[in-house]
Amino acid sequence: MENGVVVCTDKLVRKFHVGRTELVALKEVSLEFRRGEFAGLVGPSGSGKTTLLNIIGTLDTPTSGSATVLGERVESLSPVRAASLRSRHIGFIFQTFNLLPVYTAYENVEFPLLLLGLSSAERRRKVTDALEWVGLADRAKSRPTQLSGGESQRVAIARAVVKRPELVLADEPTANLDAENSHKILQTMVGLNRDLGTTFIFSTHDEKVIRYLRRKVSLVDGRVAEDRTLEPGEVRSQKLE
Amino acid sequence: MTILKLAIRNLRGAGIRTWLNAVALSFAFVAIIFGQGMMQGMNKQAEDASVAFEFGGGQYWQKDYDAYDPLTLEDAHAPTPSALESLARAGKAAPILVVAGSIYPHGRIKPVLLKGIDPAQKVVALPTAALADTAEELPLLIGNRTAATTGLEVGDQVTVQWRDADGAFDARDGRVVEIMQTSVSTIDVGQVWMPLARLRELAGMEGEATIVTVAKDERKPPAVEGWSFRGPEFLLSDLRQMVKTKTVGQVIMFTVLFLLAMLAIFDTQVLSVFRRRREIGMLIALGMTRVQVIVMFTLEGALHSILAAVLGMAYGAPLFYSLQRNGFAVPGGDSWGFSLGDKLYPTFTAGLILSTTVLVFLVTAFVAWLPTRKIAKLKPTDALAGRGT
Ligand SMILES: Nc1ncnc2c1ncn2[C@@H]1O[C@H](COP(=O)(O)OP(=O)(O)OP(=O)(O)O)[C@@H](O)[C@H]1O
Ligand SMILES: [Mg+2]
Repeated sequence: MENGVVVCTDKLVRKFHVGRTELVALKEVSLEFRRGEFAGLVGPSGSGKTTLLNIIGTLDTPTSGSATVLGERVESLSPVRAASLRSRHIGFIFQTFNLLPVYTAYENVEFPLLLLGLSSAERRRKVTDALEWVGLADRAKSRPTQLSGGESQRVAIARAVVKRPELVLADEPTANLDAENSHKILQTMVGLNRDLGTTFIFSTHDEKVIRYLRRKVSLVDGRVAEDRTLEPGEVRSQKLE
Repeated sequence: MTILKLAIRNLRGAGIRTWLNAVALSFAFVAIIFGQGMMQGMNKQAEDASVAFEFGGGQYWQKDYDAYDPLTLEDAHAPTPSALESLARAGKAAPILVVAGSIYPHGRIKPVLLKGIDPAQKVVALPTAALADTAEELPLLIGNRTAATTGLEVGDQVTVQWRDADGAFDARDGRVVEIMQTSVSTIDVGQVWMPLARLRELAGMEGEATIVTVAKDERKPPAVEGWSFRGPEFLLSDLRQMVKTKTVGQVIMFTVLFLLAMLAIFDTQVLSVFRRRREIGMLIALGMTRVQVIVMFTLEGALHSILAAVLGMAYGAPLFYSLQRNGFAVPGGDSWGFSLGDKLYPTFTAGLILSTTVLVFLVTAFVAWLPTRKIAKLKPTDALAGRGT
């Protein structure tokens, strides 16, 4: 992780075989993400956003090219080391089915800490903090079925950041939410990015959240079509002048 | 440890389904222990009774005697060897003379074995004291089954007929002096007991015997020319075989019950691996290895057996305790073919309960593990997308 580079991909290719046809989901994607970035992968459905996030998250391996995540080469990582990397340094937020259904909000957030073998006192402190960050301290005992979509996503965010990971990967975290909840989620993530210095990479095709991005990577048909750094508000108004 | 904790959480969260499975498994549990305890109790009870009433510490058989062939009886008698005679005088052996004959209860003929035994003997638990010679009359002792089939009651007179040593028929009137209640049918059915001295005299077999039963605590029976010694192991082997064959049906029933419970666990596991594949993907994303996920799912399944053991003990323990203490009447009674007595007292040992628990746990763990092998092949990305399995 020299120079604060958290994720680096080099000519990343991911092909899928569907029957006899070959589908290239990622075409020579070369990207670099640095510590503390708040970056979005934007693109239409099928453009390869999830595929890219899965590889960065060490859940999938590239067909060719390479991906280096937190100093580890994804393509040559053993399943056990990959699991350990994820449990220590990577937090995930998914679009739906984010929470473990039979656990309470508290237990969901506690889960990564259990895997890390933290003491119960430490767990309690960190879980309480994380639930406070997302404004759900009073819903600790609720089960996923008793939470709204927005609340569920915020619990998922708390679970992703509770272990203070280097990197949080979020795959369309707002896709199932209304505008108000989407803004809340993004504000929460922006706040955590600012306060904890956590790197966020997330995918979206939701126009209303794009204005929160400080970097926008546009994917089209598995290729990087555009990679722009934005300063929300100011940058755009400067450009208009 | 963490994984065990997670498995327990999942089980708790699964709610009613967990309990249904555990209850089903607990039935199998209790049934297996009950069946085993009943079998052990039956065995022990039947053996104890047979030893007390019939076999003692073993029997000397006159060399021509074959318990399975009544035709051998004609020749199967010989003077009691002096070694056994002195044992008998010391109260450590009881010579028994067996002669084929008939009785005529209420005018009907009924072939029986006439058995002569010393009324003063204490070697077997037969109430022979009732035969103590009093008058001229021939005193007879019969069992409750013979009494029932012949309609004879205490005080009834009945004609007894036999063939003496020379093969000539002879007859005498006897009187039933006692009807004994015994669970051992092999000293009852088709048999009439009388004083040894009288039978010897009537049959013209002075000083002779067919069987010499030795006392239970007689450790070293001497070898005797012309007689073969049959130890308790030999004498009980038939009985043990019989208990085995009679209880095989129950063993099958319990096995089926157990298999059904295992099927329920298997089914639950297959369903849960399928339904929870997104969850499996999520667990892997959160940093669990596949092996950990498999262990967790397997534990979830196997823990059903612990729950079942606890549940089963909750209602099984009082049941077992009271059965073992108070016994219970076995339906079918004598139709079992061996002596059960009025009541059966099952024996539930700690070893039995412990070994059953361990066995059930291991089998459940194995059955719970089978469907989780799918997880090993599941790609986390597919699982997260709800594809696969
Ligand atoms: N496991 C797979 N097997 C076959 N094809 C796949 C698989 N995963 C993804 N694809 C294909 O790869 C392409 C990129 O998929 P991906 O899920 O990365 O798109 P996306 O940008 O996340 O789309 P969306 O916005 O709908 O989530 C799509 O055409 C998809 O059908
Ligand atoms: Mg996607």
